[in-house]
Amino acid sequence: MSRQFDVIGSRAPRKDAPNKSTGKAQYIEDITFPGELAGALLQSPHAHAKILDIDTSKALALPGVVAVLTAKDVPEVKYGVSPARYDENLFAMDRVRYVGDEIAAVAAVDLPTALKAVELIQVEYEPLPVLLTVEEATANDAPWIHEEYPDNICAQVEQEFGDVEAAFAQCDLIQEGSFFSKRQDGAFIEPNQCVALMGHDGVLTLHSSTQVPHYVQRTVAMVTGLGMSQVRVVKPYVGGGFGPKASATPIDLAASFLAIRTGRPVRMAYTREQVFLFSRARHGFTHHMKIGAKKDGTLMALDHQATLDGGAYSSFGIATVYYAGSLLGGPYKLPNMRYAGRRVFTNKPACGAQRGHGGVIARALFEQQLDIIAEKLGMDPIELRLKNMMETGDVTCNDLAMSSLGMKECIEAVKSGSGWGEKKGKLPPGKGIGMACGFFVSGAGYPIYRSETYHCTIMIKADEDGGGITVYTASAEIGQGSDTTMAMIAAEAVGIPLEQVRVKSGDTDFGIDLGAYSSRTTLMTGHATKEAGDNLKAMVLETLAGELGIQAARLDIKNGLIKISGGPVDFSAIRTGYIKEHRGWQDQPQSQELTFREAARLAYLRRGTLVATGKYKPPVLGGKYKGATVGTSPAYGCSAQVAEVNVDFETGQIIVERVTDAHDCGQAVNLTSVEAQMQGSVSMGLGEALFEEVKFDAQGRIINASLGEYHIPTVMDMPEVRCIVVESGEPNGPFGAKEVGEGAIMPTIPAILNAVRNATGLVLEETPLTPERVYQALKKQKGA
Amino acid sequence: MSKLAISLTVNGVQRQALVEPNQTLTSLLRDELNLTGTKHGCGVGDCGCCTVILDGETVNSCLVLAVQAQGREVMTIEGLAQGIRLHPLQQAFVDHGAIQCGFCTPGMILSAKALLDRTPQPTRAEITKGLSGNLCRCTGYEKIVEAVQDAAGKMERG
Ligand code: FES
Ligand code: FES
Repeated sequence: MSRQFDVIGSRAPRKDAPNKSTGKAQYIEDITFPGELAGALLQSPHAHAKILDIDTSKALALPGVVAVLTAKDVPEVKYGVSPARYDENLFAMDRVRYVGDEIAAVAAVDLPTALKAVELIQVEYEPLPVLLTVEEATANDAPWIHEEYPDNICAQVEQEFGDVEAAFAQCDLIQEGSFFSKRQDGAFIEPNQCVALMGHDGVLTLHSSTQVPHYVQRTVAMVTGLGMSQVRVVKPYVGGGFGPKASATPIDLAASFLAIRTGRPVRMAYTREQVFLFSRARHGFTHHMKIGAKKDGTLMALDHQATLDGGAYSSFGIATVYYAGSLLGGPYKLPNMRYAGRRVFTNKPACGAQRGHGGVIARALFEQQLDIIAEKLGMDPIELRLKNMMETGDVTCNDLAMSSLGMKECIEAVKSGSGWGEKKGKLPPGKGIGMACGFFVSGAGYPIYRSETYHCTIMIKADEDGGGITVYTASAEIGQGSDTTMAMIAAEAVGIPLEQVRVKSGDTDFGIDLGAYSSRTTLMTGHATKEAGDNLKAMVLETLAGELGIQAARLDIKNGLIKISGGPVDFSAIRTGYIKEHRGWQDQPQSQELTFREAARLAYLRRGTLVATGKYKPPVLGGKYKGATVGTSPAYGCSAQVAEVNVDFETGQIIVERVTDAHDCGQAVNLTSVEAQMQGSVSMGLGEALFEEVKFDAQGRIINASLGEYHIPTVMDMPEVRCIVVESGEPNGPFGAKEVGEGAIMPTIPAILNAVRNATGLVLEETPLTPERVYQALKKQKGA
Repeated sequence: MSKLAISLTVNGVQRQALVEPNQTLTSLLRDELNLTGTKHGCGVGDCGCCTVILDGETVNSCLVLAVQAQGREVMTIEGLAQGIRLHPLQQAFVDHGAIQCGFCTPGMILSAKALLDRTPQPTRAEITKGLSGNLCRCTGYEKIVEAVQDAAGKMERG
């Protein structure tokens, strides 16, 4: 099915890699400005307290302090992620809601002075009851963390598609299970940081380590009261994001206010501990599911309840709670589905979006239950999955359209790739093999704020000398490889080698781009890039056709050469003109065919600088029901994985020995980058399955807020990960491409759970699967 | 606090600097010598992205005081390439797609360099041990291990 491409589908080295390999690539901490001030935050030591008084006089009196800001110094504007849930103030007005809640910010000549000044701010607190769990927060007598949200319910969702009860009545088997997961941290290696500069032209420039320059620009404009045209956000290279960097941070806002106040550049940075305090990472989820099936394995209905421990603010939570339900609509045929989800406020840092947003733990439980159903029906788990799998063209009960779905191919690939047939049921004690599937949106169908805005715009400018092109995009390269992806798409569209394409990205001055989240960039920004490339090519060829006196339809560009069909055409005048212009140069064109360079130069000479644009927004998608905007996407990526584990019965330790991973990305733009996303996803999923848990003490303080105590996978923890790329050709994607960044994490946790069950017989209901938890379960199993 | 004068060799060049007694080697390299390829991810020895080679051994430069580098030899990521020609390890990281966000990369490459200096033909287990102090959240490490294996082969062949 895959088409012949010149650039797309190759393993071209990433454009940013050489500079990243030598230390030349600049991240926010590497860029300094003359006259910088250092900013620091005062954050609450209490998880829940009233603020009775704030006295900043001593801090202001400290030599070297330039400004101190509290709530009364900034406009009282609430912000957040979803406009329907704006519930944050930059600085606490009269109440703090978690350990880390921001109270004040200081700018001083250097960081030690700023930190000293923060210590000198005196705050009088009146402690309030601290609600650390969903149970505490939803108890009858619990105080409300936000007056506007009765009973600490941040969001509640009830949906039913089909008729679940009627379907259960026809089922031969009803399977029920529950699952609990712990909150996770994004653990990107570069902590958030920013520098804000206020110019005398009235323009605020914020350099920030973010995934979403556009949303940061909007939030900063809204909260400071500046116009969008007066706020520019620039993203240098970013050291990973994975979701938690997908909204404006308090330091983005505080540095902006301090820069406006002082007129000097203000730098603010989170320490690693503050990264944990800010969080906005994976929620803790509790799921309960009841699944009905027929004797032959046909899945009939799902009844699903979820509770999300949200922390103190909404952040992305409203989307998270919808995703936790909607993403179970596929990839299996499931005609009836009921979902009740709620997100509860607690006095902990706010949770937000993290790779596989909302869907990861729901998927884990569902896939675990499928294995149990298969076993009870005497079927192989793969057989059960294949029996129920949707196909290209199917639409889920909640209106998600599978415009391409290489799920069967993924399953077959991991089945043969892992040697499933020789292993399943034939492994020695302690060894287990398990599989699971998953899928994810390829870009959110709607922006975070209600708008008809394009989701991305692209500008491609040809060099005046014709030698190459530059793609200008406001999209966010955060490590995933989007700059190279856009360069490859532009090269393919225009018909020139990759070396002739440069990309400038991450600057709101370059246009609109909603940013790097919901696995949207390849499909959406890719579409806009392709359109701009097509337009640029048309401009060049039109001019050339006019000059040659032939129809433009006879012309094409391939590998940087002009292809002329329908008989020879004399282009010697163009070549002679070009050569005369470059007398004395060493690289005069000599090819039999006219080059892109000559044609693009000619187009410049005839029409001035050549700029082509492209844009993209998805067509109107999905259902009409409440919440239909979350989960609808122009396309869906999907994957299957087989995990092989070894469980030590003495210690409870699980070693994942091998993972076979197949992902349908529609069409790989860069094969190496697709595998890289798959492997990165497996490592994050493995960490979540086995180690990762943010822990709190009774006062709501995080007790493992470091990368030493919060264990993410090291190279020693990683198994061999075998990647198989499936290409189903997505009709709604540029050159057939769709996502890989997040769908790839979906099967990892359940594949491990199923492998552990295969090894031990244990149905584990709680992650992470620490040795202690597994050991206790084994002990209980032995006793029983 | 009064500053202390120190002298050390950085990437083969003799350097002098005035440092605070409590200033870290990371800060000396980044803030005084403007060698910003050394990254700063945690400041407490957990992540490894501040890794440099001190007298042939890798250290987390955030855990080393600048004054401890007095009279010693430091190699940072800036010391590897020859002009615009990448070191074979750097080239292998580029070729194998072992670099995503790149924030761990300088430390990772220096750990690999120290490993190959000691053990020119490491086994997979030796590679994973040699890189175990360097966290990477993006890659899942597979392509990094492949890059080191490839570079080892190429360097051996010259
Ligand atoms: S910054 Fe030195 S180990 Fe993390
Ligand atoms: S490439 Fe991002 S942390 Fe390693």
